Amino acid sequence: MDLNRLLKKSGTEWWLAPSGRMRVPGILFASEELVRAMDEKVLEQVANVAGLPGIVRASFAMPDAHWGYGFPIGGVAAFSAEAGGVISAGGVGFDISCGVRTLRTGLSIDEVEPRRAAVADALFRAVPCGVGSTGPVRLTGSELDDLMLGGAHWSVKRGFGKVADLETIEEEGVMAGADPDAVSPEAKRRQRDQLGTLGSGNHYLEVQEVVEIFAPDIAAAYQLQAGEVVVSIHCGSRGLGHQIGTDYLKLMLAEAGRHGIELPERELACAPLDSALGRRYLGAMRAAMNCAMANRQVIAHLVRETFSEIFPTAELTLLYDVSHNTCKEEEHEVDGQKRRLFVHRKGATRAFGPGHPGVPAVYRPVGQPVLIGGSMGTASYVLAGTAEGMGRAFGSAVHGAGRSLSRHEATRRWKGRAVVDALAGHGILIRSPSLRGVAEEAPGAYKDVGAVVDAAEQAGLARKVARLRPLVCIKG
Amino acid sequence: MADTLPRWEHFDHQSDIGVRGLGHSREEAFAQAAQALTAVVTDPALVVERESVRVSCQALDDEMLLVEWLNAIIYEMAIRGMIFGHFTVGCQGMHLDGEMAGEPIDVERHQPAVEVKAATVTCLRVTCDEAGVWTAQCVVDV
Repeated sequence: MDLNRLLKKSGTEWWLAPSGRMRVPGILFASEELVRAMDEKVLEQVANVAGLPGIVRASFAMPDAHWGYGFPIGGVAAFSAEAGGVISAGGVGFDISCGVRTLRTGLSIDEVEPRRAAVADALFRAVPCGVGSTGPVRLTGSELDDLMLGGAHWSVKRGFGKVADLETIEEEGVMAGADPDAVSPEAKRRQRDQLGTLGSGNHYLEVQEVVEIFAPDIAAAYQLQAGEVVVSIHCGSRGLGHQIGTDYLKLMLAEAGRHGIELPERELACAPLDSALGRRYLGAMRAAMNCAMANRQVIAHLVRETFSEIFPTAELTLLYDVSHNTCKEEEHEVDGQKRRLFVHRKGATRAFGPGHPGVPAVYRPVGQPVLIGGSMGTASYVLAGTAEGMGRAFGSAVHGAGRSLSRHEATRRWKGRAVVDALAGHGILIRSPSLRGVAEEAPGAYKDVGAVVDAAEQAGLARKVARLRPLVCIKG
Repeated sequence: MADTLPRWEHFDHQSDIGVRGLGHSREEAFAQAAQALTAVVTDPALVVERESVRVSCQALDDEMLLVEWLNAIIYEMAIRGMIFGHFTVGCQGMHLDGEMAGEPIDVERHQPAVEVKAATVTCLRVTCDEAGVWTAQCVVDV
């Protein structure tokens, strides 16, 4: 990216002054090295988002930003309904409420290490993953409606997991305002067999070791300690969310002109928050959010069953479950005034700081956990939301390493078998139905996640709490 | 270029992948774009034509018709657990009738790399050049 177009405010904050159709500035949070490595398309997309009606303060890009659909992946933007603001199906994307859930196992690396291969094989058998996989539940019409309203609560009622889990899921496991009637029959049909499946692409299930603690006080509140083994699940709302994204992108494109919205890029398709279509999308998107939370709840149950077979006394407790492709109605202070805003986070994680009522009571004194995914071979991180971050980008932070190479380029450079063998040499066991899929997701195709989280911390978006090393990765 | 038609290819997108079909007609380009879609998942040559599925779709312009067509295939792949290796397309104006032949996904044999979530409007283009070569392309989200 050409830095000459940007005004450097600090080592990790870069401004794009409003010009043309931009209503607000663009603000990139990243180190100079990360900004230089970003595609020019990121800046174009940040500027396009800045031109949408009703945007408040700025169009933000997180340190892991890369070229997305309309919004950059790693993009954050808030809109005011009172100011004619919009909601964008493209801004949320096709993988609605994709997110990360991390479970503490209470087991040490010394206990898990001798059984690592058995754990990898058992998880690969137990958790459906990859193209065409089906889950343990076949949903009928009314069941799916109940799931779309109940989220993780629905899963717990069906015997997947514990009531205690709900306390440490974003929104306490259920997104209010879901509207199953706003979800097409096609979307419902697409979800019928997919509950409890991991999916493919960058979705994964990892067994990880906590190898480094950066903030002992916060780690203690999160009940994390060095040498402990945790399990992280990265997936989303599956076919339901994919089809809702498809359906509403088309509807919003068709209606944009009627609402007087000029779209610089079709992928920015959006509708006024205060419109019938905007409200219907909100209802459908929230249904998909509930589906995602229900899905991760079911997968967590499968993980628990698997661990109990190998480690009969192990008790897996939920650290947190947080999504990174969402639009949420939240209250934020802007220019000294409290305002209700609809915050789009596309490839960005909510990162509320200490004392915020949206943070589970058990974590409220220290801020919410922010779960950052790695890339099979590299580390994952647990961060914490900060008070400073609330004023930076509406309480938002990064979501992962972010790709640096296309899938095409990755398969040109690496073969799946070689990636699996190389990772095994580093003590990381990969299980996947597809070697080509592994090649496309080779760790070298991603940015340095360490640099990304360092930049997030330096920018004041979130604070580093713990680093996790992969031991086993189940890749869809 | 015309003598190498019809054909398909992929093009780069940082997160996902672009599919492009080229042909002597809009229909041929659309069928080739569908082959490119299959190639995102597996080698089309590995797909045996055991079952046929018909779909119809319509749109207000050529570009959105391509998106509708690819999304119809993605939907059928998802709900049937199938992969398709051969496509025929017939268009009347902005109405498309398509037929695709394939088989249930066999993980061992097909080694499916990735599930396609949607055809997007990113890099979406349907054109016919002066030599009469049709190009139909877009990025698909995986």
